Amino acid sequence: MSRLPRWIGWASWLGVVILYIPLLAVAILSFNSTRYGQQWGGFTLDWYAKMAANEAILSAAWNSLLLGVASTLIATVAGTLLAIGLHRTPWPRWFQRGSDLAINLPVVTPDIILAIALVGAFAVLREWSAVFKPGLVTLIIAHATFQISFVALVVGSRLATIGRDQVEAARDLYANTGQIWLRVLLPQLMPGIIAGALLAFTISLDDFVVSFFVSGPDSTTLPLLIYASVRRGVTPEIHALSTVIVAGTMLAIILTAWLQTRRDATPKD
Amino acid sequence: MAGRTLIVDGYLTTRPRLYGRGTLLILGAFLWMGVFLFAPLAGLAVLAFATRGEYGGVEWTFTWGNLVRLAGWDEFGFSWNHVQIVWRSLWLATVTTVLCLLIGFPMAFWIAAKPARWRGLLLALIMVPSCVNLVIRTYAWQQFLGAQMPAAWVAQHLGLVPEGSALYPTVAAVYLGMVSCMLPFTVLPLYTSVERLDWTLVEAARDLHAGRLRTFRHGILAQCMPGLLAATILTFIPSLGMFVISDMLGGAKFLLIGNLIQQQFGSMNDWPFGATAGLFLVLASLVALWGLRLVSERETPHARGRR
Repeated sequence: MSRLPRWIGWASWLGVVILYIPLLAVAILSFNSTRYGQQWGGFTLDWYAKMAANEAILSAAWNSLLLGVASTLIATVAGTLLAIGLHRTPWPRWFQRGSDLAINLPVVTPDIILAIALVGAFAVLREWSAVFKPGLVTLIIAHATFQISFVALVVGSRLATIGRDQVEAARDLYANTGQIWLRVLLPQLMPGIIAGALLAFTISLDDFVVSFFVSGPDSTTLPLLIYASVRRGVTPEIHALSTVIVAGTMLAIILTAWLQTRRDATPKD
Repeated sequence: MAGRTLIVDGYLTTRPRLYGRGTLLILGAFLWMGVFLFAPLAGLAVLAFATRGEYGGVEWTFTWGNLVRLAGWDEFGFSWNHVQIVWRSLWLATVTTVLCLLIGFPMAFWIAAKPARWRGLLLALIMVPSCVNLVIRTYAWQQFLGAQMPAAWVAQHLGLVPEGSALYPTVAAVYLGMVSCMLPFTVLPLYTSVERLDWTLVEAARDLHAGRLRTFRHGILAQCMPGLLAATILTFIPSLGMFVISDMLGGAKFLLIGNLIQQQFGSMNDWPFGATAGLFLVLASLVALWGLRLVSERETPHARGRR
């Protein structure tokens, strides 16, 4: 590649600064002992201690975790089966195209549209059962609904790299259907399934818009709590909470990347 | 048809048997999505033409009234309110996309020019913030733009804002928030196309005495078209439906279509009108997609044969 003009580096650093400077500001403020306002009053870890003892924050964290795990489980099972069923069946052309469209729909539709569609659906279903009143159940259903697509897409792309010849070989060696699934397909699909589940879990934790519309008063998640606290007036505990979440997100990404490289580095037997 | 056997994955079977197995596998997911996604989305399109009941419920009498209201006319005559909201959303999404492309394109070159082992790290550096929750990032901008922070101090001393005031809610704050939110999704597709750039074509353009601008236009830009297009789509369409950033950094007066929808489903309790605004959002996204596709077909006539 030819040498780049100097200004390209500057423009790029501007981009990096725009991405990181607000996060840095909050991290610094979370160690600030001043209760009101942003005047520097000295270093403290008090806000982290207060955050860890705050009932509302703890219950929101618990809700977020529960929601993420439950919806990811549903979406991973349903999405994986969907991917296998679509890729390993000689469906007619029109059906394949229709399914592709259907799977991509939640990915390309703006969150807010998904959110109001779900609000409407729950309102109708509520007539029929009280399970659908705004709360953790509706949140789990809502998240799983858009997560299924992401899992199916990730698993499907992995499935495409596994040749049919291996299943054929297994069949030639007298493996039955159960053995083919457990010994041939699933082990090879595992990285795809794990990647899909991780992606789904991240999307669940990341979601604000859909949660905002379908949650109830008792099912506040962390993003909803932070949003609400902005309305009520921010306390430094929220700075600490945000910093913990940012650090946690970064750690999770580094860990995933590290696992990835380690797995790639291990020689295949 | 039914009795004919075929060999799939090395064993003898019939089409109905395969279909039976396939249906079993996809049934769960498609039933779930049918109930909670496809049917509700279709319902939304119907709801958009219903009317609001006396006390906030939905009455199933169908009119064009909601569309007319979105275009600006209501029972009190014409007002610019809704037109302004729609226009502001389109404008914000456009400007955000342009800004992101202006910053993201150099970034893509910058990363691509680094040694291979740095590239992954830099890409991660850019993608990591996009994994942090949007509310937290926007909240972080509020803190950064706060009245006693360095940025506000500079602006106050330059006389841009009155003494002691924060830099939000302002339009500029909304743009900062939007760009920092969307930038990763602009950089990534741009990078993938810059990385695959065929520099011999750029050299050929230089050899043929093309000026700097023409070299860029025909040697580089034409090759990056797929990436530019993907970047535009990934930036523009999410920008169009945004409501968190405008709400937290733009204040109560900076309403977008997203905020309008949220109000109708929230405090205003006028779901049909909210659905109409939602429908408009979807249609606008589709029109944008279609327009970009036209552009790509015109700009890269050779791409069809190559790919």
